[in-house]
Amino acid sequence: MFKKILIANRGEIAVRVIRACHEMGIAAIAVYSDVDRASLHVRKADEAYPIGAAAASESYLNIAKILDVARHSGADAIHPGYGFLSENAKFARACADAGVKFIGPTAAAMDAMGSKTRARQAMERAGVPFVPGTSRGLESFDEAKEVAARIGYPVMLKAAAGGGGKGMRLVHAPQDLKAALEGARSEAEHSFADSEVYVEKAIVNPRHIEMQVLADEHGNTVYLGERECSLQRRHQKVLEEAPSPVVDVAMRRRMGEVAVRVAQAAAYTNAGTVEFLVDEQRNFYFLEMNTRLQVEHPVTELVTGLDLVQLQIRISAGERLPFTQDEVQIRGHAIECRIYAEDPDNNYFPSPGKITLLLSPSGPGIRRDSGMYEDWTVPMDYDPLLAKLIGYGSDRDQAIGRLTRALNEYFVGGIKTNISLFRRILRHRDFRGAKLDTGFLDRLLKEKEDVPIADPKAIEVAVIAAGMFAALGAAVNRTSTGEARPGSHWKEVARSEAMRGSLKS
Amino acid sequence: MFSACGTVVSASQFFADCQLLIKPFMIYDVTIDGKNYRLELDRVDDGWSCRVEGRGVEVDAVLVRPDVLSLRVGNNAYEVKHERVAGEIYVWVGSSRFAVEVRDPRSLHGRARTPDDHGPRKLMAPMPGKIVRILVSEGAEVEAGAGVLVVEAMKMQNEIKSPKKGTIQKILVSEGAAVNAGDVLAIVE
Repeated sequence: MFKKILIANRGEIAVRVIRACHEMGIAAIAVYSDVDRASLHVRKADEAYPIGAAAASESYLNIAKILDVARHSGADAIHPGYGFLSENAKFARACADAGVKFIGPTAAAMDAMGSKTRARQAMERAGVPFVPGTSRGLESFDEAKEVAARIGYPVMLKAAAGGGGKGMRLVHAPQDLKAALEGARSEAEHSFADSEVYVEKAIVNPRHIEMQVLADEHGNTVYLGERECSLQRRHQKVLEEAPSPVVDVAMRRRMGEVAVRVAQAAAYTNAGTVEFLVDEQRNFYFLEMNTRLQVEHPVTELVTGLDLVQLQIRISAGERLPFTQDEVQIRGHAIECRIYAEDPDNNYFPSPGKITLLLSPSGPGIRRDSGMYEDWTVPMDYDPLLAKLIGYGSDRDQAIGRLTRALNEYFVGGIKTNISLFRRILRHRDFRGAKLDTGFLDRLLKEKEDVPIADPKAIEVAVIAAGMFAALGAAVNRTSTGEARPGSHWKEVARSEAMRGSLKS
Repeated sequence: MFSACGTVVSASQFFADCQLLIKPFMIYDVTIDGKNYRLELDRVDDGWSCRVEGRGVEVDAVLVRPDVLSLRVGNNAYEVKHERVAGEIYVWVGSSRFAVEVRDPRSLHGRARTPDDHGPRKLMAPMPGKIVRILVSEGAEVEAGAGVLVVEAMKMQNEIKSPKKGTIQKILVSEGAAVNAGDVLAIVE
């Protein structure tokens, strides 16, 4: 087993990996950029090394610096977390060359899944279902007409060279196809200097459902259940849950077996996730594979009772999976909220700054993976994910109830967070009814917010408290500037208390 | 926590000291959602006496953290938090947020003796960026929440809004200017 693991990451995931290391008796090595010196992950590590300026390219993405720290510290393995270098084949290779074990898949497996066309070809060989369509450019309007009729409307025309929505046209009916094709081609030519366009079936209101897979280095691959990740804003996941409310036992087995075939086709090892789009008829289609541990892994851990990071470490150390597919059980329901330092009243603009007050929830069924603490200043240089709050219950309703209760206990003062968004989501009729798809959050955000009329009792309390805070604030200012109260001996009392040690509340 | 002479004391000792230093009778004008409430607070023995808009309210309060009050109004219990974000003061009753302004009508400038200022409000850049658009001119009348200027940062545009209804007293930047976090961009009075 490894003696020392270097965590090439920061924030909540670095803390999470450090915890797994400590649970296994392994020393945890942290790296930090100039703005992260006071971070929670540095405080929790056994060794910590500075790696340069705030910009990720100079620090957390700097392969040479990270391997330098590995050498210097004697780390025998590196956990890349998620983001940063976690899916960087060059980094995986550099680790191998440096004789340090990369905790994740091989560079070859990353390469196999990293290219969309190469992945698709491998999936075709493995008999994996795709979104129906062509994987080469359309030669003519006649071909487009024929393919569209075959796969069924609505169809999506896409630029082969494209991205960012350019060169894309949603076509609802055959009579719109000609104009759409001409429009897509000219936009593609204009944006990418390549007018090649292909066609796919347009999935109406898809769900995004992903399957966790785990493979050891001895040929054993299993699936650990799915996660429903349809709640997204600008293609960023915001809330995830396990299991998916629309996946029954039979569908889980079918999707799981496909996911395992995908992983095997790529000779995949360690933890990975196969993403699917699911249509209203519950047909599922391969989208892509993520060759890393994901942000939302806690929901899978809670419903399976497994520790994915510990398993990642064991797999990398050469151990076999300690269980078979049949022994994997899905029990209960877990829902995760990603708490970001963002202002919901201002288009979710990042809200860095100092956390002046932190009241954190706990209690039954509550898990909190956090990188923040009271008096910490959130840096503006990185993704502003502060913490993940997860509610677990014996069923979905209990998970929702516990999570709602925990969100009401959560208070992050001094900065703006998206906590209020989750209260809105969790009480929404469609969320409670599990009527989810990737358009849900956009629709909710367009709805006029159901702002409850302020309870007059609450207003009265706010008035009284505001006055008390003002009065006590003034007193706080006077005491901290050193005015002593006349005729008291509390100065002596204070001194002797100071001798005994201070109490920070 | 620090005692008056700068030595470190326990939280309970600190709160006890604060309460003894509060003036015996405080009057505040508290504004919430455009509505004004007259508040009178008085320390009585170990407790408080309180009148809101002339009406007596039975209140018992313990400051459990510098920004957290455990308040009992009658027998109803409330955890009330206090925070300052981007120049605004918020009081949270449970999970309900209230933007508040507190003024001491007896003080010389009509302002509460707290670090929380009132009167002309500064609009500050929340992070480093560039001014891409100025939406109003000096002297313009604005409503609370009206956009004053647009800052671009981290590939996103952020509209800086007026925190109060008033007049744009001064605009301190021009379009195209680079700004740092905390730079004052405009003043509304």
